[in-house]
Amino acid sequence: MTHIKTINTRNLCESAKNGGCGECQTSCQSACKTSCGIANQKCEKESK
Amino acid sequence: MIHAYQLGGYNIVLDVCSGAVHVVDDVSYGIITHFEHLSREELIEGLFKAHPDDPAYSEAELNACYDEVLALKEAGQLFSPDTFEPMAGTLKSRTSGVVKALCLHVAHTCNLNCAYCFASQGKYHGERAVMSFAVGRQALDFLVAHSGTRKNLEVDFFGGEPLMNFDVVKQLVAYARTLEPKYGKHFRFTLTTNGVLIDDDVIDFCNREMSNVVLSLDGRKEIHDRYRVDYAGNGSWEKIVPKFQKLVKARGGKNYYMRGTFTHANPDFLKDIETMLDLGFTELSMEPVVCEESSPDRLTDEDLPIVCEQYEKLAELMIRRRREGRPFTFYHYMIDLSGGPCIYKRISGCGSGTEYMAVTPWGDLYPCHQFVGEERFKLGDIWTGVVNDAVQSEFAACNVYAHEECRDCWARLYCSGGCAANAYHATGSVTGVYRYGCELFKKRMECAIMAAVDEQMAAEDPTNA
Repeated sequence: MTHIKTINTRNLCESAKNGGCGECQTSCQSACKTSCGIANQKCEKESK
Repeated sequence: MIHAYQLGGYNIVLDVCSGAVHVVDDVSYGIITHFEHLSREELIEGLFKAHPDDPAYSEAELNACYDEVLALKEAGQLFSPDTFEPMAGTLKSRTSGVVKALCLHVAHTCNLNCAYCFASQGKYHGERAVMSFAVGRQALDFLVAHSGTRKNLEVDFFGGEPLMNFDVVKQLVAYARTLEPKYGKHFRFTLTTNGVLIDDDVIDFCNREMSNVVLSLDGRKEIHDRYRVDYAGNGSWEKIVPKFQKLVKARGGKNYYMRGTFTHANPDFLKDIETMLDLGFTELSMEPVVCEESSPDRLTDEDLPIVCEQYEKLAELMIRRRREGRPFTFYHYMIDLSGGPCIYKRISGCGSGTEYMAVTPWGDLYPCHQFVGEERFKLGDIWTGVVNDAVQSEFAACNVYAHEECRDCWARLYCSGGCAANAYHATGSVTGVYRYGCELFKKRMECAIMAAVDEQMAAEDPTNA
């Protein structure tokens, strides 16, 4: 690829196969309390 | 669906549904942004004619570039379709009845009288009250009993001002620690405070027991003291800043956030972020005010472009300081592109009213702290559990696909449909959207992704940094 540089990201379609354990933090429970963002959360699944 | 934008000297293309992020040159940016509307021949001819003397736009280059775009499309990294809707309720139904986080309103009272407080000076439109140990203990028992197989449980000591009931906070933490080995759980505590009552005992306790502390500071003294005053009208900045500095210094790297609120009075909030940095704080959060439509503090349409520009400048500052070896964290720009949340989390909504609830000083359950005081939303209490199935069902069904406006929004897998309370207050429905908040959120995500791209590019090619 000479024109396009693809950044290393988690493939969301792949995450459909092994995700959904629910161990991650509740979205609002840290600093904001007045909006919802989930992009800044960590995946806490023990074996990905 | 894609989202293409130019920021910080980068052409960035997000493939919304795969989560892929691409940094592209001008030629491919031109091709990608017209790819879905024009044929190959039309696109190449158009770009060729628009740049007649530029060798980067020769027919050979344009064809090679088109092939790259096509290859990414075939690999599922560009223009990938949204196939996730059938999974939207999966996570919530899989974990139905499981509660993993409680916001304990240990004090519906406050020693400050901030005019912009969404909780009406800590009282949540009700009577002043503090939570007893007996109520708090029952709340912790309720959480453990409803947590299923989940190990990590989150409890936020919230108010009002939780340090006005500090003895109960200490007793509850001690009680929770006795539950951990018994039930195989681990509590993560957070305390949100205005700082007035911080002393050595508080510092020692918080740094030992709190996974995170959220410290309310609005930045510049004159901005902070405009709202954050005591009942005699005196500003609190002078009193709290040295306490926050002492607490953070003693914290030894454990999580904390300096959390500010900006309003119509300071849409130029970058100056407040810079003040926090000058004071030695590096873990920062700055939130747009949440208040009534009639409030003079509310951000206006005229403020919107100013705020968006501030977000861009904040990203530039973050990059500059990272390169200088003086990094800082901004809560909304934390984004882990390679290890962030899975698709189930991204489409299932914030979890309020199902896995997350707020507990009032007298033990009532509400979907979240922002609904406390809205009687219609009362879910039940910590002794009998949730009895208002109709309201809980509203929240259980509140996933990203429940918001019609989100369907064609590129940011939907970063916000999960947004804040239910903001949606309710703006539209009267938890499945509505708070459009002003969406505009700010989208700008924050563009900036966050650009800063993450810059970090990854610099790591791969340090000469670029």
